[in-house]
Formats: sequence, structure tokens, C-alpha cells
Amino acid sequence: MHNVMTIAARQFRSYFNTPVAYIVMFLVLLVLGFLFFFWPPGFFLADRASVSQMFFFFGILMGLAAPALTMGLIAEERGSGTIELLLTMPVRESEVIIGKYLGALGLFSVMVALTLPIPIGVSTLGDLDWGPVIGGYVGLFLQGAAMLSLGIMVSSWTKDQLVAFFISFFLLVIVLWAAPLALGWAASGSMATFMQSISIQERLASMTRGVIDTRDVIYFLSLTALGLLVAFRALESRRWS
Amino acid sequence: MSELMIEARGLGKRYGNAVALKNASFELRRGEILGFLGPNGAGKSTTMKILTCFIAPTTGTATVNGCDIWEDPLGVREAIGYLPESTPLYREMLVHEYLQWVATMRGLKGDTANKRILKVVEQVGLEQVIAKGISELSKGYRQRVGLAQALLHEPPILILDEPLSGLDPNQAVEIRALIKEIGKERTIMLSTHNLAEVQVTCQRVLIVDRGRIVADDTPEALARSGGGPRYRVSVLTGRKLEARGGFRDAANGGPSAEEAFRKIRGVEGVHRLSKKNGEVQLEITTHVEDDLRPEIFRAAVETGLVLVGLEAKKQNLEQVFQHLTASAGGVSSGDEDLDEDLEDDEDLEDGSDDEEDDEDLEDGSDDEEDTSDDDEEGASDDDEEDASDDEEKK
Repeated sequence: MHNVMTIAARQFRSYFNTPVAYIVMFLVLLVLGFLFFFWPPGFFLADRASVSQMFFFFGILMGLAAPALTMGLIAEERGSGTIELLLTMPVRESEVIIGKYLGALGLFSVMVALTLPIPIGVSTLGDLDWGPVIGGYVGLFLQGAAMLSLGIMVSSWTKDQLVAFFISFFLLVIVLWAAPLALGWAASGSMATFMQSISIQERLASMTRGVIDTRDVIYFLSLTALGLLVAFRALESRRWS
Repeated sequence: MSELMIEARGLGKRYGNAVALKNASFELRRGEILGFLGPNGAGKSTTMKILTCFIAPTTGTATVNGCDIWEDPLGVREAIGYLPESTPLYREMLVHEYLQWVATMRGLKGDTANKRILKVVEQVGLEQVIAKGISELSKGYRQRVGLAQALLHEPPILILDEPLSGLDPNQAVEIRALIKEIGKERTIMLSTHNLAEVQVTCQRVLIVDRGRIVADDTPEALARSGGGPRYRVSVLTGRKLEARGGFRDAANGGPSAEEAFRKIRGVEGVHRLSKKNGEVQLEITTHVEDDLRPEIFRAAVETGLVLVGLEAKKQNLEQVFQHLTASAGGVSSGDEDLDEDLEDDEDLEDGSDDEEDDEDLEDGSDDEEDTSDDDEEGASDDDEEDASDDEEKK
């Protein structure tokens, strides 16, 4: 645990030593604010004290942000060779993966926390129902956790950050978001149900209505576990190649 | 016998179809400094990566500080300070920040951590750059940071992959002294290309070539294993020899120089290194330690050879290294001379065939008859030059 936290802390700090964290946070929050207030019909025109749209947009923006935040986690260490020093210290591969993952999750949490002024501001304007807001934050956090986990998984496959970025972008946006959305509309019956069940967006949507369904929680948690496990295996198998 | 720190038994590693290491077994005891030598790609780094549990061997096993690399990799890693080949560091961190992090990773806390950091900073000479970013550092300083992180937890075993690469000569002297100092109570395995360094720093040498260990001994014993001293002899040939009053057939036909020298007791072999400007350079290998220069001189006189150069060369580690790893690209200086010689010959052939090359043709036409009995064209070339030399003198 001590090692995990040391690795996580270094990872978290190193985000701020490079421009990546600032760029991602700035862009996500800027675009999020813009979309939330001005995407038709727009917050003010809709004239409703609700922030569910914010979670929807944040979820979509994470399709870009998660690959950007996780692309370097393992790939950069492998590319620059620092992995050799890291893994010849008395740490387990699992501790490295979890530590790095927590570092990324920490940065994501900061981003989520920086959106708090929006619901707080909205609550001063009207009668905000905090139930869906809390549900939305829980869902957003779970979704982010799952996306970052898949990101670190992809990052553990390659030495090239850019490759990691594009593969996880493809995985998150096309496979888990756009394809289920499109096919869910087009198809019907069991196909549509299946597509809905693997869709990240679908899961988040129900939470932003204030409903925390166990199935949704399990969905995100199993995606998270899957990503971390595969990443761990990938890192471990490197020893044998 | 002091304590056994590293014991490798039958280590082998394959990357796909490529064999990087084959059946490597060796031992290292406390207080030993082992120099790991070999051409690039011979398996040095692979062995080190296996011993630090960064990669797993395909065959065999090793024990490091009593921990098996399969059973207890964390125990192995705790006992080792490792400097990988290219000194990979987190470039975005500051030097002290990085050392602090390494200390924490190594389980050092508070005062102990700070004391150790101060100690290694002083040991490797990082005081000047402690507050700088690692990315701003020169290669030499980065190398020192790499050494510092390996020394920080005062491990009983140090594995250093090319620790002196990128250091300027003054820095190298400092770091070499540091390694020797540390090596007094600890075990060090270091790889290098620099043979002089091994002779100065290491008590033992392990030479690997194409994945196999080809030698394991002290530098002195290895240097001796190359046989007795070698002699470089230069004798005159052809026209130059005649001009100096020697017997022409001494070098060409008749009892050749090679044969004459081969008869000396203690001589193992005679190789012709080069033939230039009417001089033949020969290398005489021996298997006795005695000085054979008087005998060589006498043999030359008796055969009617004109000796213009005689140099004794003690066998050193470099030659042994080149010999052991020769087919993998280690080229001895003798071979280079031979190559040059061959090139000269080719040039001449081209010249005499080629009508456009006026110089060679004109010069050659006068001498062609005189030198036709010469076996080698290289010799005729020499004679031409000699002839023109003589004309100039007249």
C-alpha cells in the first residue's frame, strides 16, 4: 500500500510537471461550461434548475480526456525505459498499475471537483433537486473510473503514447459509446438490449435521473476491474517476452 | 571464502527465435568487483536484467543475496542497486525530488532518507545540480543521478550497466574511484566496453560473446592466457633490400623471412601483417615469457635479412578480448593492416589495367620487365616507388 501511494503521488504530481494535465483540465472545463450553458436549447432558455445535461456532456468529453490522461501511464515508462528502474525496485507489478491508476483517478477527481460551482451556482438561481445531482456525480465518478481503467489497459500494450491514445479513444468512443448508440436505435429486440447494456452513456443517463441501479454500478466496477487486471497481466507478461 | 552474493546457474534467454544468452553460470562473492565484458549484443544487459528480475530467463535460475529470482523477486530487488544501460530517469522531475521519491520507494523515511540523500549527493558529486530539472542535466550528471539512485538504499549488491559511459575523463576517474571504494564492502557487477577500465577497477572479468560466457578470470590471468609476448618485425624486401646490400632471395623465394623466424625456439607462429614501401611487417607469436629479441635479430642476420624494426609487445587484455570475441566483429589492429594491404593491391591492379590512369601506367612501363619475376603485384608497386626514389636521389 505504501508503494501504491508513493507511485500514485508521483504520477499525480508529474501530471502538473507537464502541460498535459493543464491542457486537459482547461479544455474539458471550458468546453463543458460552454456546452452546458449554450448547447441548444441552453441552460437559460430551458429555464430549469437541473444539471443533468452537465453530466451528459462531461461523460462525452471524457471520451477524449480519459485517453489523454492515461496514454502515458505505462506507455511512456516503457518508451523512455524508466519502467526498468521502476520494476527493479521492490514493488509488485500490481502495485505499479494500481498506483498509476490512482494517480490518474486523482487528477480526474480534481476535474470533477472543479465542476461543483455549476450545481452550486444553479442552486442559487432556482430550486435544485440535489438527489439527481448526487446520483450524477456518483455515476460520473464510476464512469470516469471505468474509462481510466480501460485507458491504462491500452497504455500497457504499447510503448507509444500516441498509439495508446488512439486505441483507447476508439475503444471508449466508438465501441462503448457511438456504436451502441447508433445500433441501439437501428436494431431492435435482443440486439438493442445488448447494445444498451454495454453502452457507457446509457448507464450514466439513468444515474443522472437520480436512480442508482446496482446493475449500473456493477457494470462500471467490472469494466474497471477488467481494465486493471488486463493491464496488470500485460505488464507482468513483459517479463517473459 | 567470503559469502556468495550472486550465483547464476545455466541462465538462458531467448527473444523469439534470437538467442540472447545461453547457459550462463557464474558466481560472485562479497567484496568482488566483476567486470562484464563483451561486444554489443553479446548478452551483458540481458544477464543484468535477469539478475535484477526485470525479465525472466528462459532457462536456468539465479540466487541473489540468498533470494531466488523465481521464488522471491522482491527480496532480490531489495538487495540490488541497479543502473540500467541508458540511465532512464523521470525527466520532468527535479534531482532532489527524484531522489526523495526513490528513497520513499526504497522504504526510507524522514531523517534516514535525508541523510542518505545527502550522502549519495556528496559521493557522486551532485551538489551543483540538486535543484535542477533532470531534463536540463548533461549526460554525465544524469549518469551520476542514476548512480545516486542505485546507491541510495546502500544495497549489498550493485549492478551497473555501463556506469562510466558519457562521463568525461575527469568524471570517469572520480566515479571509478567511488566504485572501487564502494566495492570494498559490497559486491559490484559492472558492464563496460572499456578494457582499460576493467584492468583498473575489477578483480574479475567475465567475457561474453554471442550469449556465451567465454572467459571468467582475473584480468591479469586473462591477459597472460594470450601467450607470451608478441614481436613486430620489419624487414626489407625486393629492390630496397638489394639496394641495402641484402640477399634478394631472403624475402622472396629462397629461405623466406617467415621460415627463418619460425625456426626460433619458443616461436609459435609468424604472420605477415603488411608489405609496404619495400618493407614487410611480420608478427611473431610466442609461448615463452623470455625476451626473444636477440634470437630474432640473430636469425635475421644469419638469413641475410635486413632488420629495420623490432618491437616486443606484451599480451594485454585487449588482445585477449579481441581474440575471444573476434568473429563477432572485434577486429585486431593486425587485421586492419592486412585489409589496407589488400586494398593497396587492388588499387594497383585497377591502375595497370586502366588506360586512363596515366600515372600508374607510365611509371609501371619501365619496371615491368625487371619486376616480372616478383610473385606479388604489391612488391612491384614497391619497386616502382623505390625506383623513382632512386632517380630523384641521382
